[in-house]
Amino acid sequence: MSEIELQGQPDVLIDVDAESSADMVTEELLINMGPQHPSTHGVLRLLLRTDGELVLEVTPHIGYLHRCAEKIGESLTPKQYVPYTDRLDYLSAMNNNLTYALAIEALAGIEVPERATYLRMIMAELNRIASHLVTFGCFGMDLGAWTAFLYSFREREHIMDLFESTCGARLTYSYITVGGVTHDLPDNFIERLREFLDYFDPKLPEYDGLLSNNHIFVRRTANVAPVTGEQAIAWGLSGPILRACGPKWDLRKVSPYCFYDRVEFDVPVGEGRMGTVGDSWDRYIIRMLEMRQSVRILRQLIDQLPDGDVMAKVPRTLKLPPGEIYMETENPRGQLGFYVETDGSPIPYRVKAKGPSFCNLSIMHEICRGILIADIPAILGSIDVVMGEVDR
Amino acid sequence: MTPEQIAKTLQDKFGQAIAEACVEGLHPHVVVSADRWHEVAVFLRDDEHMKFDWLRAISGVDRMEDGQLEAVYDLHATQPSAEPGGLWGERHGFAVTVKVPRDNPHVASVADVWPTAEWHEREAYDLLGIVFDGNPDTVTDHDGTHPRRILCPDDWVGHPLRKDYQFPEEYQGIPGWAGDDRPLDKKK
Repeated sequence: MSEIELQGQPDVLIDVDAESSADMVTEELLINMGPQHPSTHGVLRLLLRTDGELVLEVTPHIGYLHRCAEKIGESLTPKQYVPYTDRLDYLSAMNNNLTYALAIEALAGIEVPERATYLRMIMAELNRIASHLVTFGCFGMDLGAWTAFLYSFREREHIMDLFESTCGARLTYSYITVGGVTHDLPDNFIERLREFLDYFDPKLPEYDGLLSNNHIFVRRTANVAPVTGEQAIAWGLSGPILRACGPKWDLRKVSPYCFYDRVEFDVPVGEGRMGTVGDSWDRYIIRMLEMRQSVRILRQLIDQLPDGDVMAKVPRTLKLPPGEIYMETENPRGQLGFYVETDGSPIPYRVKAKGPSFCNLSIMHEICRGILIADIPAILGSIDVVMGEVDR
Repeated sequence: MTPEQIAKTLQDKFGQAIAEACVEGLHPHVVVSADRWHEVAVFLRDDEHMKFDWLRAISGVDRMEDGQLEAVYDLHATQPSAEPGGLWGERHGFAVTVKVPRDNPHVASVADVWPTAEWHEREAYDLLGIVFDGNPDTVTDHDGTHPRRILCPDDWVGHPLRKDYQFPEEYQGIPGWAGDDRPLDKKK
């Protein structure tokens, strides 16, 4: 006989093998959640093995958005490939550009001007806020709280406008490229950024009142699918989800790239304030705390921003010396990694992208046992995958 | 530990199984022979000086001219902070390359060592055809016993990231695009 404990309610034991009594017959049923489902954040299919309301097993099926991103990387020069990196995690395109550019620059030995690095960091942190805002809004909407979405997109719009005035694009920027950034800042960018930060800072407590401490929201997320620190590392989780489980691990601190060693910021970790450490609520709140840190970083970057060039002297046809590198940076959703191998020609021999969402999603099968069907949007929303980088 | 020390420790412990050590450059790694790889992986995770607890990625590479496929394992070792709530650090990072012949590419799965390997191995099978024996999600079909495909459909033929891959002319009755010969153009 086997019993499944309903997660978050240790006093409820469900006997899976019990003979069904005549008045309540249940049998196992396979249900497809997705690939078209509003709370699966894109085309993701979850195959649920259910017994009534109880989920016994979840198997993610991915690949619906596969578009040979790695093969394209082997057919184009690095500068041509930058726009394709936008389309991995399309909610944080700046960060993706940055990772690929850093990998290629390390291989080719390109020195990036100081101002360009500062601009890269400003854009990366702004994009982190924009991305976390989408997570915040969509997570609320997944659980039936429509208002949070409207608020978060109102704020995100300011960031999109800042990006648009800088590089012309609102989602797929290709702004950070091999050697630096494509344009210098437009005239009044810094003033507008300062205005935005002053405007955005007081909004964050509003969100806490709206969603973080919302009684219904807390009941839906606290104690749901907790992950331990060891489990998280073994499954290769990274980013806010890893930090929610306890480890104070952030690549910006662990092995600082760009000038992250010149700015001060804290690394928030999950504390189990509403339930267990590493539960869905913790995964959510880390993002809210990280936005505050990004604001803090941005203020320091504005003050430190030097004058100078924004682009290194990169030849039109960049010869890549033979070599290989595995480069990771801290993206909003975790550690994006690029394995790039070159053989002396202008086109890389192999480009492999490891999206953080790919690893983060793989733990679904492990943690989604003994939950209710209604918990799945809460878990998936708190993991917050972007299928663009899962399927590549 | 420095890459030199890690490579030295592995060479002392496993001798012939470490075919090659490249500790210079941007991507320090050793080449481990496929038949001893699982043993080496367990050592890398459990040894008190190694403690590689985090598999970052498995990147498959096709070396067509050498007739080999490579699986590149990038590893982190985390260093928890001494006091509770402190910042974690990186103990060290390293990479392992396992080479297998293109016509019989079999490697032992390390999904029991690092659970995250399960999906990475499925991807490396799907895109490059490296068969990881013992992967928890394994199927048997006309291609033999292999990890289940993950990005391409289950009935896809071939492995798209092999350098000699030919794009199929059609899939499930849907005309494809192969080189300059476009089936859709021909109909005009």
